[in-house]
Amino acid sequence: MERKVEMEEQNKLLNDVTQADYKYGFVTDIETDIIEKGLNEDIIRLISKKKGEPEFMLNFRLAAFKKWEKMEMPDWAYLKIPPIDLQSISYYAAPKKQPKYESLDEVDPELLDTFNKLGIPVEEQKHLAGVAVDVVMDSVSVKTTFKETLAEKGIIFCSFSEAVKEHPELVKKYLGKAVPVSDNYFAALNSAVFSDGSFCYIPKGVRCPMELSTYFRINAANTGQFERTLIVADDDSYVSYLEGCTAPMRDENQLHAAVVEIITMDRAEVKYSTVQNWYPGNKEGVGGIYNFVTKRGVCRGVSSKISWTQVETGSAITWKYPSCILLGDNSVGEFNSVALTNNFQQADTGSKMIHIGKNTKSTIISKGISAGRSDNSYRGLVKVMPGAKNSRNFSQCDSLLLNDTCGAHTFPYIDVRNKSSIVEHEATTSKIGEDQIFYCNQRGIDTETAIGMIVNGYAKEVLNKLPMEFAVEAQKLLQLSLEGSVG
Amino acid sequence: MLKIKNLYASVDGQEILKGINLEIKPGEVHAIMGPNGSGKSTLANVLAGKQEYEVTAGEVTFLGENLLDKAPETRAKDGLFLSFQYPVEIPGVPMANFIKTAVNEHRVHRGEKELTAGQFLKLMREKMELVEMKTKLTNRSVNEGFSGGEKKKNEIFQMAMLEPKLAILDETDSGLDIDALRTVANGVNALKSPETSSIVITHYQRLLDYIVPDFVHILYHGKIVKTAGKELALELEEKGYDWIKSEKGN
Amino acid sequence: MSVLVEKADLSLKYIAHYNKVKELLVKGSPDILNAQRKKAFQDFVMQGIPTNKNEKYKYTNLHPYFLPDFSFIHQREAQKTDPNAIFHCDVPQLDSYVKTTTNGWFNESKTEGDLPEGVILESLEKMMKEQPGLVEKYYAKIAKSNTDAMVALNTAFAKDGYFLYVPKNVVCEQPIQLINFLEAPENSFVTQRNLVILEQGADVKLILCDHTLNLNRYLCNSVTEIFVGENANLDYYTLQNQHNRTTNINSVFVQQERDSVVTSHTSSFHGGLIRNNMEFVLNGENAEANVFGMAFLDKKQHVDNFTQIIHKKPNGQSNQVYKNVLDDEATGAFSGLIHVVRDAQNTNAFQQNNNLLLSDTATMQTKPQLIIDADDVKCSHGATVGQIDEEALFYLRARGINEDKARLMMMNAFMHEVVRKISVEALRDRIDELVERRLNGEVAKCHECAYQCEV
Repeated sequence: MERKVEMEEQNKLLNDVTQADYKYGFVTDIETDIIEKGLNEDIIRLISKKKGEPEFMLNFRLAAFKKWEKMEMPDWAYLKIPPIDLQSISYYAAPKKQPKYESLDEVDPELLDTFNKLGIPVEEQKHLAGVAVDVVMDSVSVKTTFKETLAEKGIIFCSFSEAVKEHPELVKKYLGKAVPVSDNYFAALNSAVFSDGSFCYIPKGVRCPMELSTYFRINAANTGQFERTLIVADDDSYVSYLEGCTAPMRDENQLHAAVVEIITMDRAEVKYSTVQNWYPGNKEGVGGIYNFVTKRGVCRGVSSKISWTQVETGSAITWKYPSCILLGDNSVGEFNSVALTNNFQQADTGSKMIHIGKNTKSTIISKGISAGRSDNSYRGLVKVMPGAKNSRNFSQCDSLLLNDTCGAHTFPYIDVRNKSSIVEHEATTSKIGEDQIFYCNQRGIDTETAIGMIVNGYAKEVLNKLPMEFAVEAQKLLQLSLEGSVG
Repeated sequence: MLKIKNLYASVDGQEILKGINLEIKPGEVHAIMGPNGSGKSTLANVLAGKQEYEVTAGEVTFLGENLLDKAPETRAKDGLFLSFQYPVEIPGVPMANFIKTAVNEHRVHRGEKELTAGQFLKLMREKMELVEMKTKLTNRSVNEGFSGGEKKKNEIFQMAMLEPKLAILDETDSGLDIDALRTVANGVNALKSPETSSIVITHYQRLLDYIVPDFVHILYHGKIVKTAGKELALELEEKGYDWIKSEKGN
Repeated sequence: MSVLVEKADLSLKYIAHYNKVKELLVKGSPDILNAQRKKAFQDFVMQGIPTNKNEKYKYTNLHPYFLPDFSFIHQREAQKTDPNAIFHCDVPQLDSYVKTTTNGWFNESKTEGDLPEGVILESLEKMMKEQPGLVEKYYAKIAKSNTDAMVALNTAFAKDGYFLYVPKNVVCEQPIQLINFLEAPENSFVTQRNLVILEQGADVKLILCDHTLNLNRYLCNSVTEIFVGENANLDYYTLQNQHNRTTNINSVFVQQERDSVVTSHTSSFHGGLIRNNMEFVLNGENAEANVFGMAFLDKKQHVDNFTQIIHKKPNGQSNQVYKNVLDDEATGAFSGLIHVVRDAQNTNAFQQNNNLLLSDTATMQTKPQLIIDADDVKCSHGATVGQIDEEALFYLRARGINEDKARLMMMNAFMHEVVRKISVEALRDRIDELVERRLNGEVAKCHECAYQCEV
């Protein structure tokens, strides 16, 4: 009997703990320039015109739009996606004051305040961490810091719009090469309407001296965010790239359909880290971001490497499969992910590793954590083509369930077509250890903290792959998403 | 019996053996000692014919024939036995079936008749006693779930079954307690004859208390840098490998 | 003609055939079958013949296999010869109670020995006439036409198959063996429908052997429904040994009540295309399902093992182990699902799929899946595609065992994990031998078939 009461208490506590509020839910009061809602060819021409784009960009957009019109929304994921009215979205929203600041002092104090609330110490980072930050707010790049420092090394790091103007030849050469316009429904949509994003080019032999970072924030109501990131790492270069996302609390759902493309040449390496914390909706499942993202890297050169690391705690619905196409011989792909879903969140995320070159290697580590009434799925594909001799993949996908109302699912697809490659996949699903919680309790740690600790410990393997500043933030986020005490 | 001339070998493009010269005559026991990474196990694996090891120069003859051209199984059937440092577990292959196949392959190679089930069982029982191996172990898969000591005993048991001409014991003493060490050593000594030879690879002198070598070689950076009688092992035990390192200025 | 039209045409061909022979199908069939027949046909019309666009058939496109013109066997034909007379059983030492079917029709034959009292092993068609109440209670209850076109097609064409009933607390010590023969004068489409009922506490071992007796092309679409009562125990062995021009679509649906244990074991030694569709529903607490399978594929053979284990009640257990060895241009697939529904707490579910690829032209596709909606569970799965462990191979060779023999030993060892799950000793020994011979390349033809065809 006593045991039962205890269990009930524990369940209640677990419930409280897993129903933390969203910390980043505030609206920044900045005047925005929003175009009329709806999607048609004229809107696309208007976006291109507003941005003053060259003809090749308009053609790219129109080609994508034509493909998109013939496509249907994918339904294969383990997700319940309510119908999305793409005609009721405005496809362009930019802060009205054209933000061309020479120093951070000139930045709208509201905006700076936003960053502070977000916990992004822009200034601090500038001075202490030496991180160059490109902030994308409602799809328009607001400010890129440290540009000059990077320019000395020949590194280009700027907003996508700027890249189109100043480095059209690079954009033309690489845009759509990792994610073709017709790749999937959301990628085609993005290709047609994307308003801004980041562009990064690391020249031959250059190791980027600092971590490059982009923060995305959706602010205006009834807008979708469709940013586009393109990273090209030339021979023997290296860059570590960070991406963070937040959005205000709103009752209606907002769409985020981004595309990230990475291309690595011979012996180049790109590390791409994401901490995704879009507004997940409230405890009743109202509101939140629909996060439908296409991320793909092509290891085009020999011995090149792309690693994706993601900590996903936000969004009402996440549909995202950062992938690597291992084209160059001896190239390496990595995917490390922590995905936490709570309340009514749904996530269907994982990775694709396509082995084409010889001696290619890939690793997938996925840690799913489900709480509340959420559904959390891993979905992945490992494909080894006949020519990819001596290739190797190892995948480990673990799921942790925090109560009996959530779900954890695993859908790996494995396809091997030669006899010299080895592919291994392992997955486990288990409940959070009551004995572990009890052990912590016995040492005087309350259940709330204990769960936070255990979940962090469970995710450690992935968190360790994040750059230092990010790892701390991610750890806090995991704790926040689970703790009840923080409002 | 075995002649190694100027042997060079590498793994994954990294050169490990850098000109080994060694001759072993029938009836002799040679100990090879040396610090970690000096190339001891590489030498053992090269002699047994492991694929990853690429011989880049030199020659090895075994019983007057070129050893390096032969497949691993032919070397084994010619009478070269390697007691593995880390015997691999092979789930699903029953121990008895495995050793029976091996024994019969050896017999066919020598032009003898295969053993009948009865003969084989008798032989197996006899040899198991020699190394004090428990019967239940032969009912399992090869090395599966064996303790460290059991795996090493199993190696010596197989050696007893196959009666090699040259046995290479690669760190057979590692991971053994003092009783198991004595059992293993007794097994090795019982198989000793004027026609058979052995190479004992070890870090420590203690095994050599039981298996007394005629020669002790010190392998360092892929070369034999010192050769002497059994007293060298004692000297090494006392002074440690640093002595060799300082002598070689490296 | 566009591909699309051709595809539609293909389903139309079967739809047209149904309409043509509808009278014949209905005539002489009991009401129980006919009642389901019409609905199932509608379901087939809705779904059509699956291609790999259908997630369930992602790795097996059935279209090419339905293209040839088959003749149908909708009526019982007089038996020309006793198949047993020309056929040597694969498991000679096995002391079993044997019955046969030919082209899906249950053969009335004299069998040595007796079944325990109350046990019925009969023609399904006959039982529907003699004991309609018993059959009606179970028929088409777990094999759903609306979710699988092949079940729909089977139910539309179903006439006969075997029927097994084991009453409460009856233990059949002697295994029951059913040998399914395909032997028709021309290329034929065969439909077989089976029903197995184990009452509370019943215990039976069932061995099914699939064989082709001549070189004609066959498409065999069979559906088996198995009901396992409380505390009942079923061992269900399937040996598939058919020639390369055979398409074998084998769907088995099992519903288990509390404390029951079912062990299914499928050995696919030979066949052109084999699709094993196994669905287990653990409908009572503390039920246990063990689902094992192995396949040997070479030439252009294709084997697709599609399993679903649905844990509906608490304290259930399931184990799945599937292994494949693939050579030449063979293609293999495994899709296994563990689904633990919300209330099925304290479930232990385990799934494993290991594959050896022996050639660069063979393909293995595997999709182990977990859908878990209860938290107090231990579920895991693993899948590997690879080659023989080189370390182990070297160890064997260093003991004087030649490379070919060593490889064979390793492949045998690889399969042994599945073979040793067989609890009938004579069968296990025989399968051990068959595995060895198959791996040795000796049984590249249907083993010991009197026709000795080389296909």
